[in-house]
This record gives sequence, C-alpha cells and structure tokens, in this order.
Amino acid sequence: MDSAAFNDPAAAHALVDTIAGLARGLPEVRLMEVCGTHTMEIGRLGIRQLLPDNVRLISGPGCPVCVTPAAYIDAAAELAASQGVCIATFGDLFRVPGNSRSFAQVKAAGAAIEVVASPRAALDLARKSSRPVVFTAVGFETTIPATAAAVKAAASEGITNLSFFVAHRLVPPALDVLLADPSLRISGFLLPGHVSAIVGAKAYGALINRGVPGVITGFEALDILAGICSLLGLLARKEVAVKNEYTRVVPENGNPAARRLMDEVYEPCDAVWRGIGMLSQSGLNLRPEFATFDASVRYGLKAFGDEMPEGCGCGSVLKGLIPPEECPLFGVACTPENPVGPCMVSSEGSCAAAFKYGGAR
Amino acid sequence: MIDSVLLSHGSGRGLDDLLHAVILPELGTDPAAPLEDAAVFALPEGRVAFTTDSFVIRPVEFPGGDIGKLSVCGTVNDLAMVGAVPHSLSVAMIIEEGLDVEILRRILRSIRRESEMAGVSIRCGDTKVVDRGKADGIFIATSGIGVVPPGLDLSVAHAQPGDAVVLSGPIGLHGIAVLAAREGLNFASTAVSDCACLHRLAAALLKASRARTLRDATRGGCAAVLNEIALASGVTIVVRQSAIPVPPEVAGACSYLGLDPLHVANEGRFIAIVPADEAEAAVAACRTMDHGHGACIIGSVEQRTRVPVLLETIIGSRRMVDVPSGDLLPRIC
Repeated sequence: MDSAAFNDPAAAHALVDTIAGLARGLPEVRLMEVCGTHTMEIGRLGIRQLLPDNVRLISGPGCPVCVTPAAYIDAAAELAASQGVCIATFGDLFRVPGNSRSFAQVKAAGAAIEVVASPRAALDLARKSSRPVVFTAVGFETTIPATAAAVKAAASEGITNLSFFVAHRLVPPALDVLLADPSLRISGFLLPGHVSAIVGAKAYGALINRGVPGVITGFEALDILAGICSLLGLLARKEVAVKNEYTRVVPENGNPAARRLMDEVYEPCDAVWRGIGMLSQSGLNLRPEFATFDASVRYGLKAFGDEMPEGCGCGSVLKGLIPPEECPLFGVACTPENPVGPCMVSSEGSCAAAFKYGGAR
Repeated sequence: MIDSVLLSHGSGRGLDDLLHAVILPELGTDPAAPLEDAAVFALPEGRVAFTTDSFVIRPVEFPGGDIGKLSVCGTVNDLAMVGAVPHSLSVAMIIEEGLDVEILRRILRSIRRESEMAGVSIRCGDTKVVDRGKADGIFIATSGIGVVPPGLDLSVAHAQPGDAVVLSGPIGLHGIAVLAAREGLNFASTAVSDCACLHRLAAALLKASRARTLRDATRGGCAAVLNEIALASGVTIVVRQSAIPVPPEVAGACSYLGLDPLHVANEGRFIAIVPADEAEAAVAACRTMDHGHGACIIGSVEQRTRVPVLLETIIGSRRMVDVPSGDLLPRIC
C-alpha cells in the first residue's frame, strides 16, 4: 500500500467522527505522545484541530536530541575546537545550542564538524583519514542498534581513530518516571512506532502496573487517528492494556536480534535527561570490552550535569507540564533562528513543531 | 592554451588572455571590438526595472542546469516578477584559481544560450580570480535592467481578500535536484531542476488577467513567498495541500529528509495573486506556455486572521505554514 492509502480523507473523517463519539462519554483526557516523529506529524497534519475540546494531545520527551544535556554539546564542541578532533554528527544536533556554543558555531570558526546520515558514514570517515573522529551517539532504541553495529565493526577492523561519545537514552524507563508524576495527569500514551519495533509491546509493562493504557501506532494520518481512537476506546471501557495498532511494522516481541546487539555492546546506566534530571537506568555505557572506543574515556571527559539557560522551560515542555507556547521564551527569546533550547531547533522538537505548525489551538 | 584558471589570469596580460581566448568568444562577443569602461545604450520608452542577484550554488553543474544558466534565469525572473520586459544584463564572475577551463567554457556557453533564448543582451561584465580555497569554483553576480509596460503595477502588497492564488507548476524540483547531486542521494537522482526564464510565461498570465502580485518561489520556497505576500498585503492566504502539485521524487526525498516541499526552493516557478474571476483564464494562458503546463489554482486570499498563511491538509484540518529557518538547504542558488 502506498502512503496515499494511509492518508485517505474519507477514512480520516470517519475516524474523526468515531473519536468525537467516544469523547462525548469521557471527561477531559490527556494523551501523551513520546515520539518526536509523532509530535511533528500531529502538527503537520493539523490533527489537534480535528479533535474534540476534551481530548488533549500532549508532547512528551520524544525527541532524543532535546533530552541531550547542553554540557554534552559543550564537551563535543570543545573536542572539535581545541583538540583537532573531527566530530561526526547527525544533522539534527548541528544547530542545537550548548551552554556556550553550537556545532554550527564551532564549524564556522574552523573546527571539523561533519554531518553524517548514519553511524556507518562515521565509520567510513574514519577509514578514509588518519584524523581522530568522534561520533555523537545520540538517540533512542531506534538508533542504538546501528551505533552498536558500528562499534563492533570498528573493533573487528581495528579502527583506532574512531571513538563514540555515547548519550543514548532508553524510552521505557522515562515513561515510568512520567507515570510516577501525578501533576502530569496522563490518561494514556500514544506509544512510538519505531522504538516499539525494537523493544516490542511487552516493554511497556510499567504502564499496566500504574493503570494507564497505551497504544502503539504509526506515523501516517490514519495511523495516528486510529491510535487515538483505540486509546479512547480503552479509556471508555476502563481497560488497562497496551494495544499494538502498528502491526505492519511492530512485532509483539520487537526485534530480539537488534536487542541482543545492543546488549552485547552497551550496558544500562543512570543518565541525565536535559531539563528532567537524572533518571535511573535510562542511559547506556559502552561495556568494558569496548572501553577503548569510548570517547569519554579516550579524552578524559567528565560526567555532565543538567545546567539550563535562565528562563528556559524545556524541562516543563519535555514532561508535558506546559505546552511550548507557555514557555516565557517561546517565539521571543527562543526562535528556530536563535534557539535557547534544543526543543526549538531539533527537527523533532515540541517547540519546533509548535512554532512551525501553530501547535495547540 | 589555457587548461585551468590561474591567479595570474585575474589581471594584466593574463586577464587579457583569458578574456580573448575564452570569455568573449564563448559569450559570442567580438573579441576585436574595443572594451570600454561602461556600456552605453538607449532603453525603450517606459519605467525601468533594475535588479541584482548573486549565485554561489554547489555543485556548479546540476541536473537541469548550471550556475551560468541560473545566473541569467534568476535575474531575468526578478525583472519578470514586476512585469518588466528584460532588456540587458551584466555578468560578474569571481573564479577560484584552479577552475577547469572546460567547466568555465560550459558555464559561459550556458549564459550565452540562456540570454539569447531570453532575448536579453549581456552588456558588461567583470572577472576576478581569487586564491584556491577562497571561493568554491566560481561565484557569479548578475544585474539586470528591464522596461515595465505602461499601466502595470504589480506589488507584493497588492493581494486582496477574495483573490485566487495561482502556482505556475510542480514544486521543489530545483532544491531536490541540487541536493541530490551534491549529497549523492540516489533515491532523488531523477529530479531535474526547474531552472528557467519565466518572463514570457509571466507576460502570458498578465495578458490573460489583471494579476496583482507575481513572485518567483526561490529561496524559502512557496512558504516564504506566501508569507511575504500575506504580511505585505495584510491578508491571510489559505492553500489546499491536495491542490499543490508535488512531483513524486520531491515528495519521496522530502519525506525521507524531513523537509516540507513548500520550503524547498524553485528556480522556475512563480506564485501569482489574481482576481478570483480571472484565475481560470490566467491558468489556461499559462498552460499553453513553456514552463507553465502544470499551472493551477492552489488557494485563496482571505481577511487577515492571526496566522498569515494556512494550509488545508489532506485530512481537512488547517494548520499554519511558516517561513523556513535560515539554512534548510544552503548554497542552492
């Protein structure tokens, strides 16, 4: 089926009608999506504008760039600026501000920053030159298997001029923290399609334990509307379950081979999420046998905290406590051209989506 | 025999050699004629339109054109968008030492071909050579003069509620073609730039309707142009996603790269604001012309609300269309 089939206007209108019907029997419900691609598509398709007033879509910490601490950017930028290291990074990180500067700024000042589309491209970069290359390994479960494969390839080929600056984060532990915060009043989760394709539906047991339903869904208009429909159905029936509405991509068990690869290369650790703080067992470290490929070991980088620019509301936005427009800096001191926080500049950021597509009504 | 441009070709006898052996013959100028400090010529009666643009595209050759063709079309189109009949151009080149002369010749031939086809004269020019690493192959700046027919008063500030929005053809091809050529994106390698001179197409549209605004959708794409018109005119423009033609290679590349086709640059497309009852005639006139076969009505102008530009999505909701941030796709024109 091509993507037109998942964007059929008549089918979309039918789902919108069903949603309206289900919502009539419900109090205000707050549905959180925890995937940056969902955030952007909801904005791009104007889905909020089609929903009844009592169905609120809230964006959670679904953008891996947005939850990366500013000090991480500072440390990597410093490596490029003063240690002659070539930083290989995803385009998403390029303009993200650190506490002092962005990769774009150090590149303009002459440092080597290469935008790559995959960890494999960083591997190629290292193979082709003798210059030290550091890959910024940022991302959720969707990206982690690919960087794990690159670490293994570097090890087996004995590539000595490549290392990995790891700031991967895991989605399920973060959901647990959000669920534990009563101020968020989350009625249900729209669960991320791509992350779920790796971790599988069973990884969301914490939701069930805390009595909150979730629906795994895809990214086309009908996927998202069907996901909302399904979630409202669970709420209407007071049924606590995790449903998979994205079976064409997400197997019940996820991708065990990809998870084995992750486990082989990485081990869980406590990790700082920008604006949210330290979350237990929510990050990854390279296992000791791969320590020589760890940029923080190789360059003696110290662990980073969670300093935030004054007034920056990223933390509250990432947790869904406030919509982006309620951050005092939104659209005034913080714009896509001059971002204060990554949420405004990442292609999956909540603030970027709200600025670009108009966000909440 | 000159193989590549050297720093010494930037002045004195070296410049003389480059001019007489390469630049003047390729542009079709008589190398024996004396070179004056300024061109002196008369213009037809009427108000004069005057514009300038510079071109720093990478790579300098791309599917559907090169920097030479682009430098002629870009300036001709800026003249055409105020309704002017393009008359004369200047061409200034800043060349990085080491540029292969064969590439320079191809670029010059493009300039000649495109300006002859457009019916404009290259009246004057300049050539500078800079050290390796100080420019990227070649940069070109062109200025243009045109004459505006009496009675025409096009402006970005003239859109009125009730008007129709006309688009001259499918969007995004230039930006995606250049990006694919530069980054080696195989999945978008069939995209061919729409780079073209639009003055005849614009003239046909102006003959068929009393258009109020014309704007070529270059950097920032249609989104930027629609916002400029809406803000300058104090109106809200609503466009329908289902009415906007997006070629499959553009749709595919945008989806993969996370771009909005409305943000991608064109070099051969314009947006026209036309009184609603003349929009069909305007579209029909465009469709009989080169580069206008895909012309269509994509939306309408409404009273100003909070948001300057709205998109009616395929599933029937309305969301805003913003101006892209600075560096979506750098160096594409």
